[in-house]
Amino acid sequence: MSKAPTRKWTWFHRFGSPKWFYHFSSGLLPWLWLAVALCLVAGLVWGLAFAPADAKQGNSFRIIYIHVPTSFLALAGYYLMALAGAVGLVWRIKLAMWVLRAAAPLGAVLTFISLFSGAIWGKPTWGTWWVWDARITSMLILFFLYLGVIALQQAFQNEEGANRASAVLALVGMVNIPIIYKSVDWWNTLHQPATIKMTEAPSMHPDMWHPLLLMIVAFYLFYALVLILNLRCEILRHESRSQWVRELCKSRS
Amino acid sequence: MSHSPLLSVKQLSCQRGGVRLFHNLAFELASGELLQLAGPNGVGKSSLLKILAGLSTQYEGKMYWRGQKLARRHSVYEKDLLFIGHLSGIKKSLSPLENLRWYFPETEDSKILDALQHVGLAHYEDQPCAGLSAGQQRRVVLARLYLSSAVLWVLDEPFTAIDQKGVRQVEQRILEHIAKGGAALITTHHDLGISARKLDLSDFAVGALT
Amino acid sequence: MKVYNRLFSRELLLAYRNRGELANPLIFFLMVTSLLPLGVSPEPGVLSMIAPGMIWVVALLSSLLSLDGLFKSDYEDGCLEQLMLMPVSLYLVVMLKVLVHWLVSGLPLVVFAPLLATMLFLPDAGYLPMVSSLLLGTLSLSFIGAIGAGLTVSLRRSGQLLSVIIMPLYIPVLIFGASTVRNAVEGFSYLAPLLILAAFTCAAVAFAPLAVVAALQLSVDE
Repeated sequence: MSKAPTRKWTWFHRFGSPKWFYHFSSGLLPWLWLAVALCLVAGLVWGLAFAPADAKQGNSFRIIYIHVPTSFLALAGYYLMALAGAVGLVWRIKLAMWVLRAAAPLGAVLTFISLFSGAIWGKPTWGTWWVWDARITSMLILFFLYLGVIALQQAFQNEEGANRASAVLALVGMVNIPIIYKSVDWWNTLHQPATIKMTEAPSMHPDMWHPLLLMIVAFYLFYALVLILNLRCEILRHESRSQWVRELCKSRS
Repeated sequence: MSHSPLLSVKQLSCQRGGVRLFHNLAFELASGELLQLAGPNGVGKSSLLKILAGLSTQYEGKMYWRGQKLARRHSVYEKDLLFIGHLSGIKKSLSPLENLRWYFPETEDSKILDALQHVGLAHYEDQPCAGLSAGQQRRVVLARLYLSSAVLWVLDEPFTAIDQKGVRQVEQRILEHIAKGGAALITTHHDLGISARKLDLSDFAVGALT
Repeated sequence: MKVYNRLFSRELLLAYRNRGELANPLIFFLMVTSLLPLGVSPEPGVLSMIAPGMIWVVALLSSLLSLDGLFKSDYEDGCLEQLMLMPVSLYLVVMLKVLVHWLVSGLPLVVFAPLLATMLFLPDAGYLPMVSSLLLGTLSLSFIGAIGAGLTVSLRRSGQLLSVIIMPLYIPVLIFGASTVRNAVEGFSYLAPLLILAAFTCAAVAFAPLAVVAALQLSVDE
């Protein structure tokens, strides 16, 4: 950013500086790796081996240790993506646009895993792969929203245009998500396709619930890790001609 | 004639699609001046004109119009700017008269007909533009030069598809305009028959710096 | 205001000059609806059951079909960039353009719909709710769809992409629109979904042009 920032905003623009972020994240990464590994292993072992089996569902309920965290992140990821797009549009910070680029496929994959794990969970529990339940339908629509953002990004030749267009679309999507969710909820109560109701965290026993909490934390950290790794690649790709990247390459080789 | 420039540009840099076009461009344009942008294809002439017109935000740097800073999405020019770009801005399903009415809603039809006569399109005013030749369609665009009261003219290759006599007429019109205190920025691959200050954009190419 | 009157009549004139294109969404609407009895069943009982939803789905698709051209010609012939240089409010101009687009493509669908409803044996109680919900619904479809049209205007093959990015945003309209008709047919009050649809439409008309303006600005800057 060659615009001269006022002093009040220096931290903001410094955070948006690719070079600064690259070096900052270099220091952060080892700790993040460690935290992800610890939380993930502990959460998985606790949830899969030590948490008690569900009274009705038996062991198949354990898929919630994947399903619930991915569902949480899929939605949070969309908000993150749209907010990054807004920052990129308003303050013209490239780093924010790269967050948007990285978050779109990441979110789509998480949404897909959430849907897929939901289907696997549904088969033994309710005897069907798919139900038009409000939650599942909303997740499917979220998946479509992600696909739209990715498709728009791919369609533009010029990266600048791709970023700005997908940022606008992501923002429009973000405004619409609550409306879509509410209307799908409303539609669902109207039709009541089956007597199936998903049981969720609040009614769970603490012994089942605590490992889930740990897994949610682990997935958030994992998301951050993958996002940062993606961003570092983008930074190197875009700044490959700059002095500091060249020096970095020299010192590595 | 005032000495403070109408338009001034400072440290303007432009990057498009990962390619750096020009860097640290600076120039001023005073009233009564005609500035011709020169340089080979791809040097960023059209990009610069789009930036000056306020249609593009892909730049770094500062621009001032009558001493007032131009923001990225500026509307400072209002009626001060006439921009003719690569695209015609003419609807083919409408007649020349209908097209020009859109640009000049306050102007009486008789004046528009006069302008059409100036560019050699008398009696074509009610024919849909789709039936006109490429050169005639371009003349519809150039009729705007006879109707506009804008101070700054930004003309991107205005002579495309225009015959020699037509080019001469447009040049005369530009002279009239700057004689009245207007200013014009023009890109053209024709040899201008009138004297103009030249600005070679390739002097500001990134390669020229290092 | 005079400027906007002129813009409005110019848009209408343009639509009239290119009137050949206007019939296409209607023909599409008619054709897809006639595919239903062929594909599903000609049984009046079956058709009248799916009629509320199908009319809405098909109306949504034909509305999408006509949206691709909303800003395309303006972009390609340069009128869009000239418009941006005029001393007018882009927000209002976009609103006018979408309104005209709705008048010539959405409104005919609404007028046409009772005919198709007859062919699908929609129960009598459904007609008024269908027309009123389509009237509101197609308006918001046009306004939301305009965002997609603005975002894809600079791209060469934009038709399918436009559908992909916009269809998820159409879901609330579809839900409340179709529910209005279904509620009426099943003998319940249909006021609630219709009012929600009206609120949604108001919001779309007011806010969608903001996104459209941003989309058009970045498309011109391509």
